[in-house]
Amino acid sequence: MSVLVNKDTKVIVQGITGREGSFHATQCKAYGTQVVGGVTPGKGGQEVEGIPVFDSVKEAVDNTGADCSLIFVPPPFAADAIVEAVDAGVKTVICITEGIPVNDMIPVKNYIKTYYPETVLIGPNCPGVITPEEAKIGIMPGHIFKKGNVGLVSRSGTLTYEAAYQLTQRGIGQSTAVGIGGDPVPGTVFSDVLKWFQDDPETEAIVMIGEIGGTAEEEAAEFIKEYVTKPVVAYIAGVTAPPGKRMGHAGAIIAGGKGTAEEKYKALESAGVTTVKNISTIGEVVEKILKG
Amino acid sequence: MKVHEHQAKEIFRKYGLPVPQGYPAFTVEEAVEAAQQIGKFPVVVKAQIHAGGRGKAGGVKLAKNLDEVQQYAAELLGKTLVTFQTGPEGLPVSRIYIEEGTNIDKEYYVAITLDRSKSKLIIMASAEGGMEIEEVAATNPDAIITEVIDPFLGLRPFQARNIALKLGFPKNLINKVASIFVKLYEVYMNEDASMVEINPLVLTKEGNVVVLDAKVDFDDNALYRHPDIMEMEDPTQESELEVKAKQYNLNYIKLDGNIACMVNGAGLAMATMDTIKLAGGEPANFLDVGGSANAEQIANAFKIILSDPNVKAIFINIFGGILRCDRLAEGIIKASEEVKPHVPIVVRMEGTNVELGKKMLEESGLNLITADTMWEGAVKAVEAAKGQN
Repeated sequence: MSVLVNKDTKVIVQGITGREGSFHATQCKAYGTQVVGGVTPGKGGQEVEGIPVFDSVKEAVDNTGADCSLIFVPPPFAADAIVEAVDAGVKTVICITEGIPVNDMIPVKNYIKTYYPETVLIGPNCPGVITPEEAKIGIMPGHIFKKGNVGLVSRSGTLTYEAAYQLTQRGIGQSTAVGIGGDPVPGTVFSDVLKWFQDDPETEAIVMIGEIGGTAEEEAAEFIKEYVTKPVVAYIAGVTAPPGKRMGHAGAIIAGGKGTAEEKYKALESAGVTTVKNISTIGEVVEKILKG
Repeated sequence: MKVHEHQAKEIFRKYGLPVPQGYPAFTVEEAVEAAQQIGKFPVVVKAQIHAGGRGKAGGVKLAKNLDEVQQYAAELLGKTLVTFQTGPEGLPVSRIYIEEGTNIDKEYYVAITLDRSKSKLIIMASAEGGMEIEEVAATNPDAIITEVIDPFLGLRPFQARNIALKLGFPKNLINKVASIFVKLYEVYMNEDASMVEINPLVLTKEGNVVVLDAKVDFDDNALYRHPDIMEMEDPTQESELEVKAKQYNLNYIKLDGNIACMVNGAGLAMATMDTIKLAGGEPANFLDVGGSANAEQIANAFKIILSDPNVKAIFINIFGGILRCDRLAEGIIKASEEVKPHVPIVVRMEGTNVELGKKMLEESGLNLITADTMWEGAVKAVEAAKGQN
C-alpha cells in the first residue's frame, strides 16, 4: 500500500516540451508510471517520446482522464500552472519548479485551501513523490528506492535520497516517499503527510527529515503528540548553519533566533520521536525500531 | 537580497512614506555637501551596513556642526563595524547616510513579513520601538500587536487603524499612521519584499510621525521583475567568494572552519556540515552546486573553495540523482588540472553512474581519498585536515 500515488495514478506533465520536462517525463514513464499526456501551450498535437501534448490542462484531463499533474514550468509561470491544474480538476499537483516568488505562492496556496480543500499540492521546489515499484512522479533516481513499509517525508531532495538509500541497502523498503520541498510557502506540510502515513495500514514506521527555518517541524511535533501512534524517526539538517543566512533553500534560514535545529529537535523529542543527529545512522536506527 | 537604509528610504519616499530629508555619502566631501544641503543642525551621520545594531556599536553619530560632520564621516568611512548582528568579523562601512535630526518623543516598531505557519502575511507592531522585536517577543510578547493580512483582500484600512489605536497614537494621528501602514504594505507587495520594517517609527515632539529607520529585504526569486532593485546590490557587504559564487550560479556561504565541502542539494549540504562538526571538525563553507551542475560549474565550485586560505581539506559529498557521478568526476578532474589542489580531497559519491564516476577518478591519477558513507568521509576529512597543520 501507499499514500497519494500508485500504479493507477494517471499523470500529465506540464512543461513537457522543455529540457527538464521531457527528460523526466521519459524517466517517469520508464519507471512504470502512467504518464498519459503533457501540456505546453501552443504545442498541442505534438508528441514527446510517444506522450501526446495538449495546449491546456483542461484539454489534457478531458482526453486522458489524468488525476495528477507534474509541473516543470519555469518560475515566472509556475504559480499560474498550479492554478490551471487545480481548476482543471487535477487532484494531486506536484510542482518541481524551484524559484517561484513567495508573493506568487501565497495567494495560490490560500486559493487551493479555500476553493479546493480536497486537492493536494506537493512542493514547489521539491523532488516529487515516489511509491516504489509502482509510480515515480518526480526527479528522484528510482533505483535507490524499494517497495516496503517505511513512509518517508522530507523538505530536502538529496536527503530523501540519502535516507532511502540507507534503508534500501538494509533491505528496508518504503511505502511512499514524499518530498514536500524547501520553500517558505509549501503546498503540503509535514503534518499532512504524517496523517496519510498514520492512516495507511501498510506503513509501519515514518522517517521525517526536516531542516532549519520556519516552524513546520514544531507543528509536526504537536501533531504527532495528538495523532501519530506509529514510530517516527527524525533528522534535522542545519545544526551548524549560521543565523540570517539563506542555506540554499529559500525556506532554510534562521530568522530572529527562530527556526534553529536545536528547537526542532527538542520539540520532536518531547513528542516521543526518535531523533537522529548523525544522518549516516538513520538506516540503522530505523532497522532497530522495526525489529523492535 | 538586502539593501542599505538609504536605499530602503528612497523606496519609501516613492510611496509617500514620511522619511526625513537625507542623502547618502561615499566620501567626507559628499558628507559635508549633504549636511549643507540639509541646511540645519543637528544632523545624524549613520553608517550604512547590511546589519542592525549600528547605534550601540557606534555607527550612528549626532553632529552639531559641519566640523563634526567631517570628523564623524572620516571616522566611519572605511571602518569595519561590528554589531551583534554582523558576527565578530564585522562589515565594512563604505558609505554613510546624512539625515536631518529628529526630536523624538516616542518610538514604535512596525513590520510586515510572512507568517509561514499561516502562509499569509502579517503586520506586527509594538510601542516598544527601537528595541529588537525578538527581544520584545521574548520578554513581553503581549506588547506585540498583530493583524493577519488576507491574500485576496490585502491589508484593510480598518486593520491599519486598529493597530494605530492599540499603539496609543493621539486620535488626530490615527488616520495618518494607518496610511503609513497601508503604504508599507504597498511597498511589500509591489516591490516583492520578504520583509519590511520601520524601527523606530517616531512620534516627534512637534507632533509629526516619521520613519526614522527603514529596512527592506527582497525575495531573491522575484528580483527578475525588479531590475532597479537588483542594481542596489552592494557587493562590499558580502564576502568576495560569495559574490564570485553568485556569478557562477552557486550557493556558497563562507564559514569559519577549515574543512571545505562541496555538495549537491541544500539539505545534504547542511547535513554534510553537521556531520563534519560531529566528526570533530569545523566546516569552512556551505556549498550547494545544485542538481543540474555541469563539469564547468563543478570546476568553478572547486576554484572557489580552494581560494579560501583557511581550507586544509576538502570533502566532496555527492548524491547523484539528476547530477550524475560521471559529470562530477569530469568536473573534479578538469578543475584539478587548472588549479592544482594543495590540500587532501575526500570524495564520497553515490547514485546515478557511480561506478563510472569512481573509475574516472581512479584513472585520473589524482590523489584522492575515497569514502563509502558520509560519516566515513567526514572522519577522513577531519583526519586529513589535522595532518595539514
